[in-house]
Amino acid sequence: MKVSLFITCLGDSFYPRAGIAAVRVLERLGYKVDFPAEQTCCGQPMYNNGFRDEARPLARRMIEVFGPSEAVVTNSGSCAAMIRDYYPGLFEGEPAAQERARQLAAKTFEFAEFLVKVARVDLRAVAARRAERVTYHYSCHLRGIGVTDEAEQVLRQIGGLEYVPLAMPEQCCGFGGTFATKYPDISGAMVRDKVGQIRATGASTCVSSDPGCTMNISGACHRAAASVQFRSLAEIVAESMGLMDDVPAAGGPS
Amino acid sequence: MSQPQAVPAGAARAAASIEHPLDVALPYDIRPRAAKAVRDIQLQQFVANATTVKDRGRRDAFRAAFGARADQVRELAGRIKQHTLDHLDWYLDRFISAAQAAGVTVHLARDAAEANRICLRLAKDYGSKLCVKSKSMVTEEIGLVPELQAAGVETIETDLGEFIIQLDHDAPSHIVTPMIHKDRAAVGRAFQRELGVPYTEDPLTLAGIARDYLRQKYREADLGISGANFLVAKTGSIVLCTNEGNGRFCTSAPPVQIAVAGIEKLIPRMEHLGVMLKVLARSATAQPLTCYTHIITGPARERERGGPQAVHLVLLDNGRSEILREETRELLRCIRCGACLNACPVYRKIGGHSYGSVYSGPIGAVITPLLKGVANYPDLPHASSLCGACYQACPVKIDLPSQLIGLRQRMVRTRVTGWRERLAFRAWAWSLRQTWSYRWMAKVQRWALRRMARHDGLSGGDSTPMTSSGWIQKGPGPIAGWTSQRDFPAPAATSFREWWEGRGPSS
Ligand code: SF4
Repeated sequence: MKVSLFITCLGDSFYPRAGIAAVRVLERLGYKVDFPAEQTCCGQPMYNNGFRDEARPLARRMIEVFGPSEAVVTNSGSCAAMIRDYYPGLFEGEPAAQERARQLAAKTFEFAEFLVKVARVDLRAVAARRAERVTYHYSCHLRGIGVTDEAEQVLRQIGGLEYVPLAMPEQCCGFGGTFATKYPDISGAMVRDKVGQIRATGASTCVSSDPGCTMNISGACHRAAASVQFRSLAEIVAESMGLMDDVPAAGGPS
Repeated sequence: MSQPQAVPAGAARAAASIEHPLDVALPYDIRPRAAKAVRDIQLQQFVANATTVKDRGRRDAFRAAFGARADQVRELAGRIKQHTLDHLDWYLDRFISAAQAAGVTVHLARDAAEANRICLRLAKDYGSKLCVKSKSMVTEEIGLVPELQAAGVETIETDLGEFIIQLDHDAPSHIVTPMIHKDRAAVGRAFQRELGVPYTEDPLTLAGIARDYLRQKYREADLGISGANFLVAKTGSIVLCTNEGNGRFCTSAPPVQIAVAGIEKLIPRMEHLGVMLKVLARSATAQPLTCYTHIITGPARERERGGPQAVHLVLLDNGRSEILREETRELLRCIRCGACLNACPVYRKIGGHSYGSVYSGPIGAVITPLLKGVANYPDLPHASSLCGACYQACPVKIDLPSQLIGLRQRMVRTRVTGWRERLAFRAWAWSLRQTWSYRWMAKVQRWALRRMARHDGLSGGDSTPMTSSGWIQKGPGPIAGWTSQRDFPAPAATSFREWWEGRGPSS
């Protein structure tokens, strides 16, 4: 099976290592991975801010670019949700385009979801190992696409890894795109709660399924001088399989 | 038990001097109140604790009763309401005929002013002097109580929470738990000041004082006012759910009852009531049923002892037929259970008064702008992270995040969203439509942000080309809001696509 990586805007610029990790894990699992170079943005920021007419051409573009792909995998829960929850609705009254939107929605997966539901991965079989205490931030947009504990299932397959769940895993971190800049007081109060909960786990690494959440929570951790490292699930899996030794992560406390 | 010595004569005096929490200047700016609320430690604790407990309780109650089928039950409840709304004119006709046949006088009110006029006229016609009232959001919405008071009808809220709110000249901050933001000390002080009783913080003593006070009022009252949780079309019945029995007193002790209800409260038949009651109580208070479920079908019949001689129902539109249009119709399914408030991380931080209107939380953020105009409440649709916790909690499956986005679209369409923002989004969207401009913009952004960033040796301090490294502590313009709360990560030196292009043919 050929899998196309959808890197997303934030993933491309801020977290390329997560993309590299996804490519390596998928290749190790036997998939042929490609990266359609014409891809840009799924249109989520426009759509969420009420700019539906601006989001539509971007959706059309994505549908075009990923048309030939067998499956599309992304490290961002919210971008996956944009495609799955909202693309078909953007083409109300355009049956042909809507059908293509549905097809893209049906073959688009968030990384953890793909590992569990499509690849049916068992990391124990490849003796994946990483001795570390890890917690996991559940990105809210996974709700809409029916992704629940897939990432936790994967984390529990990594040998030596001690997984400590957050006290309130389903509570939003306060990112919400422009919400974080438009309503900083509210958003800031929300993310400080999250930092407190992460601290309480004593984990040295927090795994996150969305680059937006990662920017927000890691920024708040940094402001609060909480030394927690952030990884996408792809990175932690790749590291546990020994695939990332040549691509160092941003170091923890120096 | 200490007896109250005086009627709350101080009410009118104090009301004039204290600013009512829901009297806000329009267009309403949420920021000052939200900023204050997030720094209010007491509010943070009370609201967070109460909502977290309720949210958990609701989930447990649903799981215990319906197991894996909880979602199907929500689906069913939503369908019952949706069906009624899809045929609302038919069900309204049916309900009105049935209610009239049962002896209820039905009044139709187009808006708040008309509803209040009807109630005041009735109170005048019956010569009412003292009114006992059970909890009702719709009467809050139309502002009925102050109007009655001004017309010389002393009106007492009898739901304990609302009673306290009224005594303290406060406003409800939650649609089910109106005094979620208040502590015992505030209650004790209000009782002492307004009822002339010795100060106490003991909940039982306070409840006892309220109880004795209210009992006397029920005996003397000549008018009872209630809302309605459901209206049953087939039988013309008004259904009231309460936990304190006060609703029953209000609707049976006084000789005249007025119920005020929005037109969306209809359900077709009694058999649907079973489903609705089950989801309402579990969603609102994690109970299997509320302690009292009162079904009122007309006034007291011959040979019935007790019960009102006259029952009036005011059916209120007040913007609802506008919401009935297809895109927003699902909002009228709302049964005001408050589950979305309890689940909402934003509500937990800012509390109910920050919404600047009677309806707060996610449902308030959507219906307030619809009822009062988006231009008057431009912040409400945006002050949400769209996390979807409300949608997951709602017992009638209202897609609140999509409704919020719908309002944002309306704001763009009607240019409530300012031109600067519209221009910025259009330009941004355009730049994403070509790969070259996307790449160029991303490059400029990476360069600019990296120049602003500092490397301090804490997490992310060292430079590795493939990860975010360094932090911006005080950002300009668009990220100033961000950095007022948290650091902004600098982008990586090399983008993913540059890495991909440099890696050569894949194995
Ligand atoms: S929107 Fe749903 S959850 Fe919120 S109050 Fe209404 S019925 Fe309850």
